[in-house]
Amino acid sequence: MIAAVLDDFFLRALLAGLFVAVAAGMLGCFVVWRRMAYFGDATAHAAILGVALALAFSVSIFAGVLLVALAVAVIVSTLAGRGWAMDTTLGVLAHSSLAFGLVAVSFLPAVRVDLSAYLFGDILAVGRGDLAVIAVGAVLVVGLLAWRWSALLTATLSEDLAHAAGIRPARERLVLTLALALVVAVSLKVVGALLIAAMLIIPAATARTFARGPEAMAGLAAGIGAVAVAGGLGLSLHLDTPAGPSIVALAAVAFALSASLGALALRIAGRR
Amino acid sequence: MSLIAARGLTAGFGGPPVLRDVDFRIDPAEIVTIVGPNGAGKTLLLRLLLGIQRPDAGRVMRKAGLRLGYVPQRLHIDAALPMTVGRFLSLPLRQGAARQRAVLTDVGLPDLRGQQMTTLSGGQFQRVLLARALLAEPELLVLDEPTQGMDQPGIAAFYRLVEGLRSRLGCAVLSVSHDLHVVMSASDRVICLNGHVCCEGSPRVVSAAPEYRALFGLGTAGALALYRHDHDHDHEHDHPNPHAHPEDAAP
Repeated sequence: MIAAVLDDFFLRALLAGLFVAVAAGMLGCFVVWRRMAYFGDATAHAAILGVALALAFSVSIFAGVLLVALAVAVIVSTLAGRGWAMDTTLGVLAHSSLAFGLVAVSFLPAVRVDLSAYLFGDILAVGRGDLAVIAVGAVLVVGLLAWRWSALLTATLSEDLAHAAGIRPARERLVLTLALALVVAVSLKVVGALLIAAMLIIPAATARTFARGPEAMAGLAAGIGAVAVAGGLGLSLHLDTPAGPSIVALAAVAFALSASLGALALRIAGRR
Repeated sequence: MSLIAARGLTAGFGGPPVLRDVDFRIDPAEIVTIVGPNGAGKTLLLRLLLGIQRPDAGRVMRKAGLRLGYVPQRLHIDAALPMTVGRFLSLPLRQGAARQRAVLTDVGLPDLRGQQMTTLSGGQFQRVLLARALLAEPELLVLDEPTQGMDQPGIAAFYRLVEGLRSRLGCAVLSVSHDLHVVMSASDRVICLNGHVCCEGSPRVVSAAPEYRALFGLGTAGALALYRHDHDHDHEHDHPNPHAHPEDAAP
């Protein structure tokens, strides 16, 4: 029966989107708390280079993207550790990996590459194999974050405090880097390289207004992402709009609503 | 046996060493204060003693299983991170509500458990950090300039609180400070640090030491009147109003 249900392309798309929304929503909170937004963007842009290399060497796209995203994330961390300003390092690597990726793609036979599918996602074309990879990747990310949650949160608050409690902040940073590369790799098919960072940041930022604790914020962010995926897919089906951008656009509307509500609540509290 | 003992510590931040050949020890229930100008390596020494950073040379020995409570210098919580006081106390190890309330009561903030960390005042924030350090039931409480940004009454209240806790818990206290006129009165031993140990001893011995005076000048000596009223120095240095020290008015 499940097999029959998965025959429906729309349902496969919905499930893939939900898996990505939950993983990206949780990880996105750390991206927002640690001010790594641009870091997420750089890693996502590197995905295009991963696609090109994967196609050139005929390996799975998922593996290619995962490796390149991981490599870029590690290079950024290393350079930043050697005294280069973080924003400079990211500016160099984000755009150069995108540029190298686009150049590399141009060497490949045109029939093999529909670049816009990788830039903006192609969620409605998610096959059973894709869905399995996305599900495993997302579950890995959620599991990794849940396992390291307390240590990650402590290291995010203060590296010194973490050290004094016997936690190694460098290892926790590596956990986040790995999770980020995984999210980029599984999200590529769903929202595309250019919009992955949006799925990380917008649901988390939207959840901030309503959350009183870090766990609540992560849960809310996952939920908001899921609603945006379901709504965006529905929108795309009825209005024939591109699916990935529709999802992100809905998430952005949710953010605008949440920010306005937050401002309103502050005003009311101020008047009391 | 000492809680922490260190020998010949030399360390820096990649460049020339900031600390050279520093020896250190702290015994159970002892109050030790490290004073020194900015850049003297005070925080670096604490980081070495806590094991956050490795020395380039020398070694640090900690008592096996030493229970340590650490209050960091300053902690910025990003506004994007929602965090109640209770949740903060449960990092990294979960603590029951009763335990949280107990340590908050210890620092005089019994009703703060549900409040957001970002809405606390500077003094409340430092007290919450202190409460967090108490969760370990520490044998040694380490305070790294815990009163930065507080006003005079706030600083005095904070150190009175630390003294009260120490006499009740019997723990040792190692603090780093340049608020020496407040801390010194409570200290068993003061270490004057400026890349190396300039001088060391009871507050009285240190404040009279020529090395200490060379480092801090006579300007701060007036403030020592808080606990020592025998003015053993003259007031003829260039101070705008030498007889208007607020400390002099204290009973």
